[in-house]
Amino acid sequence: MGQPSPWVSEITTALCLVSILLVPLAVVGLAVLTNGLGKSRSAAHAMLASMCVIAVAALVYIAVGFSWEGFAGCAAHVITVGGKPWDWMARQPFFLRGLELNGSPALLSVVLQMFAVGITAMIPLNAAADRWRLGPICASTAVLAGWTYPLFAHWAWGGGWLSQLGTIYGLGSGFLDTGGASTIHVVGGLTALSMVWILGPREGKYSPEGMPVGIPGHNLVNVVFGCLLAWAGWLGLNSAGAMLFGGAPPSGLVLVEINTTLCAAASALVAVVVTRLRFGRPDASIAGNGWVGGLVASSAATAMLRPAAAILIGLIAGVLVALSVEWLELWLRVDDPGGAVSAHAVAGLWGLFAAGVFAGMGSRAAPGQWLAQLVGIATLVGFVLPLTYGLNWVLNRILPYRVESDGERQGMDLHELGAGAYPEFMIHSDDFIQR
Amino acid sequence: MKLVGFLLMLAGWFLVLAALEMLGAATPRALFVLAGFAVEVLGLALVFRANLAPPEAEP
Repeated sequence: MGQPSPWVSEITTALCLVSILLVPLAVVGLAVLTNGLGKSRSAAHAMLASMCVIAVAALVYIAVGFSWEGFAGCAAHVITVGGKPWDWMARQPFFLRGLELNGSPALLSVVLQMFAVGITAMIPLNAAADRWRLGPICASTAVLAGWTYPLFAHWAWGGGWLSQLGTIYGLGSGFLDTGGASTIHVVGGLTALSMVWILGPREGKYSPEGMPVGIPGHNLVNVVFGCLLAWAGWLGLNSAGAMLFGGAPPSGLVLVEINTTLCAAASALVAVVVTRLRFGRPDASIAGNGWVGGLVASSAATAMLRPAAAILIGLIAGVLVALSVEWLELWLRVDDPGGAVSAHAVAGLWGLFAAGVFAGMGSRAAPGQWLAQLVGIATLVGFVLPLTYGLNWVLNRILPYRVESDGERQGMDLHELGAGAYPEFMIHSDDFIQR
Repeated sequence: MKLVGFLLMLAGWFLVLAALEMLGAATPRALFVLAGFAVEVLGLALVFRANLAPPEAEP
């Protein structure tokens, strides 16, 4: 096959750019979801925190993050072990210097990830709602966007050692993640888990005997609306990722849209069924998390799956999300009001493993692909989780993350912003009484 | 206990890296990677367990 004509190349660039421009809808969707699953007395704080997270993530990523991440073929820190090169970190100038500011794939990748890192940073916010102060939220986001995210993104997308597992060690096509199941969602989900561990549960969440108390989200309409908004964003995210990191042609995007939707649909429906069986009625918040979990699971290799495989991946993701939300809350005392650990970390890890099993089926079979995926998963659990926990643990010592007890009772809106989100309503009459 | 858990996770990851570098044959390499991952899961279980304890009971 010869070089693509300039016309084809321009069409590809335009299509990629249109896909990328849908991605902010996923960020907004997650912000609305976070708002809905939190308490009414922290609703304005949740939205302002979301805006700050998006702003800090974009600024820090462009200023320093991309320098560590780079792109395939860029200058990098390489360690040679046993005669084999291990590409650990990019070596690019700060503020995108040294990058031609045109429509090149490298610059398109920067634009995509400027939005994607906002999604990653939104995930811990979802899990730590109602108790995380605004200043530490911004500081933690800066660390995530400036260091943790770019490091792993370099390994998976920037020509790093995980992406080279195929060429160096003969493991399939190397670690496969075209839509960011690992770089965006599992990194965000594991950071969310770290945050929940560091912050501890919300006041009143667990009885002295350790039994969890249900604290429902204040606006389920926002939850479901956020999920549907995120769907549009994910179609763009998976499409742009498939083109930039999976080498999919424009015609391959049809399959991306089909598989993304099928995976989310199967996951949401099975979450409805599981909650109906477990609790007697469908649970809207868990079903919403099932929908997001299906989108996350689809991200690993959506352009390389058959539709039936996408449905199967979605079905299993839905079961995993619905059961893990309950499991984490009831047995492991993880107070994650947004279900972020389940929808992003658990579903993302499943999607990555499933990519190794299902994307290699039929004519695309690549021996060792499942092992490449397992090495990537082991890197996320064995390296990224301790790293992100350690960084946030240190930051928490310098800048305490958790709001004071009085502030938590009063609500983040009044305590940190001085005004409530719904001033004309007095929803919780006992909210402001000192106990 | 929490620190031990995180150290076990890192140790498991190093086992996975060592398997890639030191073992050439597919089956032993896969088994070694699985063993490394099992060590990570053990570390994760320890950290979860450490977080179950009430704050005053932590070392």
